[in-house]
Amino acid sequence: MDILGKTTYGEGRKAVNDLFSDGLLFTTLTKVGKRLIQFKNVSKIYPNGTIGLKNINLQIEDGEFVVIVGLSGAGKSTLLRSVNRLIEISEGEISIHGESITKAKGNELYRIRRDIGMIFQNFNLVKRSSVMRNVLSGRVGYHSTLRMILGLFPKQDKELAIEALKRVNLVEKAYVRADQLSGGQQQRVSIARALAQEAKIVLADEPVASLDPLTTKQVMEDLLRINQELNITMIVNLHSIDLAREYATRIIGLKDGEVVFDGPVIEATNDTFTSIYGQDMRKNEMKRAAK
Amino acid sequence: MNTIEKEQTDHIPSPPSKMKPIFTAMLVLVLVLGSGWQIGFSFTELLKGLPNMWDLVVQLVPPDLAYFQVITSPMLETIRMAVIGTTFGGLLAFPLAMLAARNVFFLSIITGPARFLLNLIRTLPELLLAALFVAIFGIGTIPGIFALMFFSLGIIAKLFYESVESIDPGPMEAMTAVGANKLKWIMFGVVPQVMAPFMSFFLYAFEINIRAAAVLGLVGAGGIGLFYEQTLGFFDYAKTSSIIVYTLGVVLLIDYLSTKIREKLI
Amino acid sequence: MKRESLIILRRTFLILTVLFIYIWAFIGLPNIELKETSIEIVSAIISGLFQPDWGYVYDPAGEDLLRGLLDTVAIALLGTFIAGILCIPFSFMAANNIVKTKAIVGTNKFMLSFIRVFPDIVLALLFIKAVGPGAFAGVLALGIGAVGMLGKLISDSIEGIDLSAREALVATGANPIKIFMFAVVPQVLPNFFSFILYRFEVNVRAATVLGVIGAGGIGTPLIFALSVRDWERVGIILLGIIVMITLIDMISGKIRSRLT
Repeated sequence: MDILGKTTYGEGRKAVNDLFSDGLLFTTLTKVGKRLIQFKNVSKIYPNGTIGLKNINLQIEDGEFVVIVGLSGAGKSTLLRSVNRLIEISEGEISIHGESITKAKGNELYRIRRDIGMIFQNFNLVKRSSVMRNVLSGRVGYHSTLRMILGLFPKQDKELAIEALKRVNLVEKAYVRADQLSGGQQQRVSIARALAQEAKIVLADEPVASLDPLTTKQVMEDLLRINQELNITMIVNLHSIDLAREYATRIIGLKDGEVVFDGPVIEATNDTFTSIYGQDMRKNEMKRAAK
Repeated sequence: MNTIEKEQTDHIPSPPSKMKPIFTAMLVLVLVLGSGWQIGFSFTELLKGLPNMWDLVVQLVPPDLAYFQVITSPMLETIRMAVIGTTFGGLLAFPLAMLAARNVFFLSIITGPARFLLNLIRTLPELLLAALFVAIFGIGTIPGIFALMFFSLGIIAKLFYESVESIDPGPMEAMTAVGANKLKWIMFGVVPQVMAPFMSFFLYAFEINIRAAAVLGLVGAGGIGLFYEQTLGFFDYAKTSSIIVYTLGVVLLIDYLSTKIREKLI
Repeated sequence: MKRESLIILRRTFLILTVLFIYIWAFIGLPNIELKETSIEIVSAIISGLFQPDWGYVYDPAGEDLLRGLLDTVAIALLGTFIAGILCIPFSFMAANNIVKTKAIVGTNKFMLSFIRVFPDIVLALLFIKAVGPGAFAGVLALGIGAVGMLGKLISDSIEGIDLSAREALVATGANPIKIFMFAVVPQVLPNFFSFILYRFEVNVRAATVLGVIGAGGIGTPLIFALSVRDWERVGIILLGIIVMITLIDMISGKIRSRLT
């Protein structure tokens, strides 16, 4: 429970810790300190010649809350999507818990992906399906194809889905169609989907980019809570420096496909962000903050 | 805040009943099985028929190209029937659609019967109309033209009155303001707005009528359809397939031209 | 100046073409010779509609109207059911956002258009040759004939769906079949049922005339009554068809409006 005690990284953390100190709902294997995700000399060159990633070497440990920052086109999304192989890398190797996802094929690949939840900027829900069915879709990797064609989920899965929805405060919307929800609610459904998946890692690709400030806060708090209570490793792409500072334990700065900063949030000074974003961007950010 | 959220989360809604989809599936199953029983559907018959079907397909290719010469004249007759039938159908559809449009005639005493008549016409398929008119006029192209006229009347009038009902009321109000009588009111307030869609529906009905006209001969209502029975009756399948190929060619050509013109209209 | 004259030229050409078509069409038109019997027959049919042969509606011994109508609906229903199943693979393989190979999509689209231009009645003629006359040939004709239109409507609707959920399913570790079942099927299903119902309406109309060529249904007794000039019977059959089609359109329309 010592993880819950950490309150050093921002007010959000503290508030949430106070709210949710009433125990864990999910049992998770905590292997604190083990190298969870490892990038070895990873490069990505797109077919049109654009360089996505340039010789990336990274280790991400269990339970970290990593925020990746950088300009659009710096390779944030490519980095994130290469973890679960939504994007194929051109060179190098990525391994999860010591298992190479780069070399995995067929069912092995599906099994590795099953342990990695993903949250998207545009939520990527099946809008015509109910919230419940969207959350349950996180479970499809656990069952046989035939069973899923028939859509037969075991009772435990449904309970799991309800638990996940409780965690994001949306349980009363369980049987509402997903397109009836607001943007923030939809994003929380996709968080519940990742929870129902019992993922050990959650990748979030610009999870708040299409949300307003208030819902942004709610979604970020949800992510933080999951990270702390369930010890799920978070890797989040963010535009906003302020949000990165508030929630991250570790910041990775990308520029032109290369890691230009990697360290705990305290080490990330204004100069660091200036080097990541360039002089002008930083100024604009400051101006906005001043307002 | 904390307690409110707790209360919300304690209430788990019950899943929607599964009875409805199960009931629907059962109903469909019963209907399908019942239908199969009603008409004596049998898989053995289907299996027995399969080799026959294959034989037929084999005999259909290649089409007898020389036969094109023989059927060109009935093909032209088919097109002629479609042209005249659609024209008269369109001419009748125009006033009837006006009568059925609720924003032109506000009284349901007028729109009601007009709509009823239109719905009545649209229930009867073209071949059935053709059979009726053959009984009235005897065998030939005349019953075919009458059948196509009523058939296209139903199609055009339905599409047309729906499009009339969606027009801009401004010009109509302007005509009311200048004190025009009903006929002038329609001529200047309604017609200019709906000519383009009317022409488009007219051409669309013509496309459908060409296809319809090609089979009316089966009941003696003129055109190329007559030749299906002749060739099939003599087991002259190569000629049958040349009728099919010829008809397909003409239908596709007319569809293409008509679609081009319709695109320009909108 | 030049542009204006071009427009005038084009317009003249168009008017002349239309004029030519109409002159050609009307010159070839045979004279409408109203046989003396024509008017008699019209009035006979109309009086037949108002004084139909009620005795024909239900006749426990043999062929009656209800049985004929029931046959017709059964043919339409079975035909639609068969087409509904057959069109599924075609629809997906003709959708360019599901299948990425252009050749496969193109071939399937072409096949669907090809089936679509075949009139149902011609298919029925061919099936009569293959399996003999009767309702069975009618069912097969409608079952095959409807695949063209259903396949086109459904593949168009598949091409319009939002595939963003597919990425999310990939990320959960779903294989292609599971992705399809969860990301694609739920979006297509309501439209699919709606199109099936619509095609059922069309098929009921088609099934009423199949009997004209001997492929079962109410068309056979109708053509028979017409040929023996039994106008009361023609009247009751027409009434029966009108009532049946109106009812089915109404019910099917209600369900369709609730689906989407």
